[in-house]
Amino acid sequence: MNLRPADDRVHDFEEVDTGLPEQTAVLEALRCMECPRPMCVQGCPVSIDIPAFISAIAQEQFRDAARILKQDNMLPAICGRVCPQENQCQGSCIMSKKGKPVRIGALERFIADWERENGVESPGVAPSTGKQVAVVGSGPAGITAASELARAGHSVTIFESLHKAGGVLTYGIPAFRLPKDIVEFEIDQVLAMGAVLRLNHIVGRSVPVDELLRYDAVLIGTGAGLPYFMGIEGENLNGVYSANEFLTRVNLMHADQFPEYDTPVIRGSRVAVVGGGNVAMDSARVARRLGAKVYLIYRRREEDLPARADEVQNAIDEGVEMVCCSNPVRILGGPEVRGVECVRMDMCELDASGRPIPRPLEGEESHFTLDVDMVIEAIGQGPNPLLSGLIPDLERGPKGTIVVDDGGRTSIPHVFAAGDIATGAATVIWAMGSAKKAARSINQMLAGEE
Amino acid sequence: MYKIQHADKIAENIYEFWINAPHVAPNAQAGQFVVIRIDGKGERIPLTISAVDGENVRIVFMAVGKTTTQLADLGTGDQIQDIAGPLGVPSEVKDWGRCAVIGGGVGIACLPILARALKDAGNTVTGIIGARNESLLILEDELRDACDELVVCTDDGSTGFHGFPADILKKLVAEEVVDAVWIIGPAIMMKITSMATREAGIPTFVSLNPIMVDGTGMCGSCRVTVGGETRFACVDGPEFDAHLVDWDELMTRQRIYPEQEKKSLERYHEHTCRCGERK
Ligand SMILES: Cc1cc2nc3c(=O)[nH]c(=O)nc-3n(C[C@H](O)[C@H](O)[C@H](O)COP(=O)(O)OP(=O)(O)OC[C@H]3O[C@@H](n4cnc5c(N)ncnc54)[C@H](O)[C@@H]3O)c2cc1C
Ligand SMILES: Cc1cc2nc3c(=O)[nH]c(=O)nc-3n(C[C@H](O)[C@H](O)[C@H](O)COP(=O)(O)OP(=O)(O)OC[C@H]3O[C@@H](n4cnc5c(N)ncnc54)[C@H](O)[C@@H]3O)c2cc1C
Ligand code: FES
Repeated sequence: MNLRPADDRVHDFEEVDTGLPEQTAVLEALRCMECPRPMCVQGCPVSIDIPAFISAIAQEQFRDAARILKQDNMLPAICGRVCPQENQCQGSCIMSKKGKPVRIGALERFIADWERENGVESPGVAPSTGKQVAVVGSGPAGITAASELARAGHSVTIFESLHKAGGVLTYGIPAFRLPKDIVEFEIDQVLAMGAVLRLNHIVGRSVPVDELLRYDAVLIGTGAGLPYFMGIEGENLNGVYSANEFLTRVNLMHADQFPEYDTPVIRGSRVAVVGGGNVAMDSARVARRLGAKVYLIYRRREEDLPARADEVQNAIDEGVEMVCCSNPVRILGGPEVRGVECVRMDMCELDASGRPIPRPLEGEESHFTLDVDMVIEAIGQGPNPLLSGLIPDLERGPKGTIVVDDGGRTSIPHVFAAGDIATGAATVIWAMGSAKKAARSINQMLAGEE
Repeated sequence: MYKIQHADKIAENIYEFWINAPHVAPNAQAGQFVVIRIDGKGERIPLTISAVDGENVRIVFMAVGKTTTQLADLGTGDQIQDIAGPLGVPSEVKDWGRCAVIGGGVGIACLPILARALKDAGNTVTGIIGARNESLLILEDELRDACDELVVCTDDGSTGFHGFPADILKKLVAEEVVDAVWIIGPAIMMKITSMATREAGIPTFVSLNPIMVDGTGMCGSCRVTVGGETRFACVDGPEFDAHLVDWDELMTRQRIYPEQEKKSLERYHEHTCRCGERK
């Protein structure tokens, strides 16, 4: 990684990782062993032909590398930046046994950025099939499906309830990790293939369910946007945000630039973020950029933090203080937040995932109070219930996800689902991968009908 | 971009806009709202759908802060960047029998669409509207037409009944001539007025107005406590059982950003004065 110095980057929303220069990328590509049975490809949820694209980089055939990459991944500039490569391709790289794995993610990003700067080859679009497909949601699942479906010659309409496309890529992940012009660029590619984007359209409300079901096929990619709250005392005090609200205010509404932009956000001087995933890290790092002293409260140990290791390190480097083995029990104040009372957690026996089960310690002395004026809860999100709850006969799982088979098929024959709404909160690459499978099923179904 | 088909000032500081929104109007029902954003730097603000005509929706709003003041400065033929909707769960319209729909201040704007829907469902509808004084009353003629009966109240007695809608409601409750009640207005007015039906246990709905961002259930900014449970007003409401609402929490949460709101409005006034943009 080529990181900007922490005390420099913590004052702005410019990208933290500046990417590999061309020479470095080529040298990095030359480290690839081109294994005959590449483990990295198995580690990749969408099975990119990794040795082939890296070998093209090593030969400085960047255009070829882009072509290979895009056969399997429509959003390489995004995935190269936000995928947890350490657990996927890079985690399986044979070179990691001898030291450092090939930096596959950085190479993916390099190629995607190179292509963006040097002109993108637009993929061919099949002749029109006359079939109408509705895609609900413009997150990674929706965009990926729309691109596959448009390419197959269907007439695709993407409905998005917000005023901007991109889903979490736009409102959730901050610009210093994923610059917004890149997201826009990727979406424009899909629109260039003829897909139509309808913003401000809430499917289920602006587009009633019966109208939706009249499309020849429907893909639901409405995501896991429902924020969970802890359910503790003081949670509705002024100054308690869900991570979604805090990040939306800043990323989508630009509250960091208030009053130039109209949407306000509380600028806490001391902020507690609750949670340990990517969402928590993003919230903490945004709060740092708004000038706060930030504590991150996590119930297990630092080594158990579920966020990407690099992002944890970035947060620490940027001055986020980790308060581990602790859990909030009460938010103090009224009407504004004045503190958060926590209990220390005991690390007990390991659970199925190999992490210790945290249990609160007994006794007065195990409680402590952090003096903060703002709390951000980043303890998870559930499937967006708005639309799925309105479609009769659509089978849902116990946690509100839409039940699908391996091909993204739901309990309604021409309705498909992909991304977080089907899997529960997961990752960009899983959303993409499942959307590709669902699009393939849709293409098969529509071809069969002809 | 969405065009303002018609803009009118209908009372002191209160404006009525018809906005072309073909994706909102055909499916809009009583009790639902839109979220609008004026321009690329604007805030998303919720406004109730007050009437529908073909592809157009009507909003009626009071200029209270930066966004509503800026909106009021727009006129017929101007455009706004975004309008999303219809949002929220529609009012529980069914044959209740005798309904009272009560509006306070700009909340009166929500009543016409509701009164008509209730009448269409077979109810007898009494409208009760209240404002501080005669110059702040809105939509009186329209409501006279939409309701079977309309009672007008002013705090200062400048027209109609000298007093509050709550006084009229108490009378209806005492006479046992009301089966369901809607109250829409400022939180404090809804809180006080809904006390009139509490003891008699008459179903009473209020439309809650917490601060919203997306309006689609994604952020939790709009959370309110109803019957001891946290609910999101934008997707679980905005209408709730009046007798279960934690009013004090709602009113506190409406005041999260007083300083920013003041600053934003002052800045807008300064800017418009300097540029002479203001009409
Ligand atoms: C802060 C944050 C950081 C993250 N960081 C990472 C990371 O580093 N790496 C990683 O791989 N993953 C990360 N994730 C997870 C990843 O972003 C998600 O798994 C992914 O975005 C899911 O994609 P999706 O298309 O299923 O849903 P979403 O991205 O949630 O998109 C769903 C879209 O559907 C729209 N929608 C919902 N209902 C309707 C409706 N009724 N009508 C019309 N539109 C509707 C929503 O407005 C939204 O735009 C992060 C998530 C968050 C919140
Ligand atoms: C479901 C719903 C329906 C509404 N319908 C109407 C209507 O028909 N007519 C009308 O005049 N007003 C209505 N309101 C209130 C309206 O949204 C606010 O007056 C408006 O947002 C104020 O914005 P501002 O920038 O002009 O004022 P500001 O100075 O920003 O705020 C003034 C006050 O308005 C409230 N407010 C501010 N921002 C928001 C926001 N994003 N969401 C909700 N409230 C906010 C706050 O309590 C604040 O103290 C409704 C609110 C809700 C939640
Ligand atoms: S306004 Fe965001 S959840 Fe209701």
